[in-house]
Amino acid sequence: MSLLSLKNLFKTFGGLVAVNGVSFEVDENAIMGLIGPNGAGKTTVFNAITGNYKPDSGEVIFDRKHITGMPTHEIVRLGIARTFQNIRLFKSMRLVENVLAGCHCRMKAGVFSSILRLPSQRKEEARAVERSMRELAFVGLDSQYNNLAGNLSYGNQRLLEIARALASDPRFLILDEPAGGMNDQETEDLMEIIHAIQGRGITILLIEHDMNLVMRICKHLVVLEYGAVIAEGTPEEIKKNPLVIEAYLGAEE
Amino acid sequence: MNARIIDHPQFSLLVGVVFFMLMAMVPTGLELSGVSGGGIAQLDVLNKIGIYAVLALSLNIILGQTGLFNMGHAAFFAVGAYTTAILNTMYQWPVFSTMPAAGFLAALFAFLVVMPIIHLRGDYLLVVTIGIVEIVRIALMNNIFGITGGPNGIYGIARPALFGLVFSSVKLQYYLIWSFTGISLFLFYLLEHSRIGRAFNYIKHDDLAAAGCGINVARYKLMAFVLGAFWAGMAGTLYAANIRTIEPMSFNFYESVILFAIVILGGSGSNAGVILGAFLLVGLQDLFRGFDSARMLFFGAAMCAMMVFRPQGLLPPRRRRYNAWQLVGKFASAIRRSYPCDEDKRNDR
Repeated sequence: MSLLSLKNLFKTFGGLVAVNGVSFEVDENAIMGLIGPNGAGKTTVFNAITGNYKPDSGEVIFDRKHITGMPTHEIVRLGIARTFQNIRLFKSMRLVENVLAGCHCRMKAGVFSSILRLPSQRKEEARAVERSMRELAFVGLDSQYNNLAGNLSYGNQRLLEIARALASDPRFLILDEPAGGMNDQETEDLMEIIHAIQGRGITILLIEHDMNLVMRICKHLVVLEYGAVIAEGTPEEIKKNPLVIEAYLGAEE
Repeated sequence: MNARIIDHPQFSLLVGVVFFMLMAMVPTGLELSGVSGGGIAQLDVLNKIGIYAVLALSLNIILGQTGLFNMGHAAFFAVGAYTTAILNTMYQWPVFSTMPAAGFLAALFAFLVVMPIIHLRGDYLLVVTIGIVEIVRIALMNNIFGITGGPNGIYGIARPALFGLVFSSVKLQYYLIWSFTGISLFLFYLLEHSRIGRAFNYIKHDDLAAAGCGINVARYKLMAFVLGAFWAGMAGTLYAANIRTIEPMSFNFYESVILFAIVILGGSGSNAGVILGAFLLVGLQDLFRGFDSARMLFFGAAMCAMMVFRPQGLLPPRRRRYNAWQLVGKFASAIRRSYPCDEDKRNDR
């Protein structure tokens, strides 16, 4: 049973066809990789899933619901969370506040209970802080909860984005180049984190250029080139696929 | 943990309580000090500052907290003031009972005019809000619906009364206005430290990331406007009851600019900064009244200097603090470290 399926997705920017009829499925609780050369349209596919772009045509189906063209915040509520390729943290805010942003959509307090600080609001707030601390601990940043996000190293900022995404209680997590800018040790930590996320029953779709990481962690890969799927399969199959080798290394004369 | 009092989460609350206790002693202090007229003139200026402070605090929710460039705040103020004036002079409602209506109508007005333009960004929103405040002023000038009194405005607004106590003297007005300021400040402080306040700030910093976290950006932007307008409307009631004669020229574009400047100069997003800004911009304006033509020159120069040397404002907002140290190390990490590494080293990388 697939949790997410894309059907014949198209997206153009002016005359440029960024996504050209992409279809694939992601199985429940899988770790799937989306790879391809720069400019292949990977991030555009992500943005179409998360509602940042509205696809020109095609369908995005999540848990048997059509979510094509829905606003981003509703898609997050349904259980799809993401991180950004160019880290988008609230840099002048504390770590715990960044993670609390993820909790927002699972909280209910309105203007009146907030402005009057009703007991229900206080209880909910305490629960949210606890949840945020739990997610910070999960990625190993809990001792720095009162630090500012902008003061973290690049690798830790990526982990903080993951913690923020997890705080929204997703069923499906989209990671856009999670290992970008990380050193070897940080990448090892990241792989443990991704496995642990899968262990929590969350499905993962990731874009990554670190082939070592992708091949070790993903059971299934989709390869994009010029906005279209050119190959799909297990890492072993993909490594041997002549079309993929051509896309990455160029054709033999 | 930090032992310095300034780092305490409730430090700003403490400062607020001390400030308002001092403010409560001002009228008695003025009387005892023997200034001419028993300090009536000074209290009058302080009343004006108080009303501007409430207005600027309400604009701060929109401009300072949420980062929406609203140059038309005087329009919401006008709706509130005229609601009170009309209900009081034509329908004989007591002034205090018009306050919820003034707030509500200003909020409704904001909801209706801002909804179609809420997706506009920065400078575009700014231009449209300038349009709104001009439209309101011109509509009032032209005696819209035949109830606003045209260019002459509305006069003869009653003094507010509560349980038989009529707020007629300048001193009683002072207590009324500054109590309202204090209550507003406290409620805004609570709002700021809630999920709503945080959502406003997330949107100000990066609305795309905020949406990606599940925040309904358009809804919260609209909420900021409606809330800010509601309070500006209630400030309109205070103003109408204080000045007793309102006219369209009191709600022109210039008023909006002053409010905008109070928030930006005081410290965008900072309640304490906004209060300080109100004292400086409104209070000093009155002090320099003697140098009529030179005072705008002085203000212009001061504003330029501020923007160059201290763009974050006089008192930038204090960052919220969270007390969660007792939860540190309590929850499991996904990273199983096979080598010794303490957190501080991790930081240095």
